[in-house]
Amino acid sequence: MSVRVLLPNAFTKHTEGKKEIQSNAANLNDLLTDIETEFPQLKTHLRDEQGQVRRFINFYVNEEDIRFLGNEKYTFKDGDEVLVIPSIAGGSCSCCSYCGQEDCTCC
Amino acid sequence: MAIAYELQCRECGKRYENAPLSICEACFSPLEVQCDLEAARKDFTREKIAQGPDSMWRYKALLPVPEEYVGPTPSGWTPLLRAPRLAKRIGANNLYIKNDAVCTPTLSFKDRVVSVALAAAQTFGFDTVGCSSTGNLANAVAAHAARLGFKTYILVPADLEPAKILNTQVYGAKLVRIDGNYDHVNRLCSQIADRYNWGFVNVNLRPYYAEGSKTVGYEIAEQLGWRLPDNIVCPMAGGSLITKIKKAFKELVELGLVEDKEVRFFGAQATGCSPISVAVKTGADHIEPQKPNTIARSLAIGNPADGVYAARAIRNSGGWAEDVSDVEIVSAIQELAETEGVFTETAGGVTTAVTARLYAHGRIKPDELTVSVITGNGLKTTDALAGVYEVEEPVRPRLTDFEAYFERQKATLGIEELEAIAGGASVR
Repeated sequence: MSVRVLLPNAFTKHTEGKKEIQSNAANLNDLLTDIETEFPQLKTHLRDEQGQVRRFINFYVNEEDIRFLGNEKYTFKDGDEVLVIPSIAGGSCSCCSYCGQEDCTCC
Repeated sequence: MAIAYELQCRECGKRYENAPLSICEACFSPLEVQCDLEAARKDFTREKIAQGPDSMWRYKALLPVPEEYVGPTPSGWTPLLRAPRLAKRIGANNLYIKNDAVCTPTLSFKDRVVSVALAAAQTFGFDTVGCSSTGNLANAVAAHAARLGFKTYILVPADLEPAKILNTQVYGAKLVRIDGNYDHVNRLCSQIADRYNWGFVNVNLRPYYAEGSKTVGYEIAEQLGWRLPDNIVCPMAGGSLITKIKKAFKELVELGLVEDKEVRFFGAQATGCSPISVAVKTGADHIEPQKPNTIARSLAIGNPADGVYAARAIRNSGGWAEDVSDVEIVSAIQELAETEGVFTETAGGVTTAVTARLYAHGRIKPDELTVSVITGNGLKTTDALAGVYEVEEPVRPRLTDFEAYFERQKATLGIEELEAIAGGASVR
């Protein structure tokens, strides 16, 4: 069983330019392990200080947001195509532009 | 002079030179523009702004465009209307409407963001631009790109309102209908922007694009006589506008143009697509994506990019978010048109209905100075009103026929309307 994983350009600095891998992962957690094994440099960028996958990174399976499919409970099927896409936002910041504090109340 | 703005990661703070880039390469979080307020201080005074053009470019000193840039499309500087008749209807005493239904050239606030995004596209040397859109952005990109001479690819959900499709194609833009909802379209655009060297205004140019929304906030403050309102009620799709109005107010305070004041921000969504409203109501620090099902297609973004930031901005301000049904949206479109002569699209119906509810629930007090932000024009979504008004039989062009018609009308009117006729339209 194999799934095709497409990585965004934003990752390529940490993947030696590779934009695609094949994985035998059964679920999202296994897939993350696979990606991090293949690209060890990516790990510190992919996860925050608590080891959680950063919240702006989204996973899609065959055009469907994996959160609609059960997230880590979803079992990949042979031939699934997994897209990894960071959110693109443009509003205000969480670390404040002015006071520099995370979760500040001034902006 | 050094350019007085640059990109910065909103999460880890890493700084970047200006480039068509929207994702931090260190933590994959969104980038935003940081303008150098100190550099802008000398040009961003009440006097200099007043001498500027009657468009959003009067605030150029705080927009991420080169100093010598001359905006070729005079968007913005839309009316801030006192709304006494709507206010009376919904129990308010001090209500204003920021009317971007008449923002030019394409009759929505998206003309503001596109003005800034395409200035950036020119700076970066793109020859092709595009966007993913729920309609208004498509119209704006197509029109501005035509004027600036860009080639244009615009991707929209296939079920978009016919008027919004026509209002894009007429400018010569290549419109690509995608068999999916906005979130599918947006995702595809992220991949296309990775593959092709195109300037997508809301993907790789998004940090610049988003800054254009600040001009709504600058204008509200200036049009109120350089003061801030008590409350802002703002529609939410991706969630960017509400945070940028807040950022604009903050900048005005920093520069001493207005007195500091706690402004409360209220977000408006349709119940059929309410991920940000739900997050505010439940106190969640994340957005649960939804599959949109509402007539307010311009707000139908189930996985809003700025949702987390919008929810946080609302909560930190002491505001709230509400969502309303499609039936309420249609009624509110009619109510705003009937009371204030402003015909808005479905998003404006959402904002108006939510404004009414906020007063009804006591979240906004009648005397507080409140601005309801209307972002688009009703001529683009006339299908939302399909079947609302019956087509009457034509009257023969004879006075006796009209009199008979008028008698039939009177028979169907209520007491209040009859009294109005008796007092006002006497027959000679």
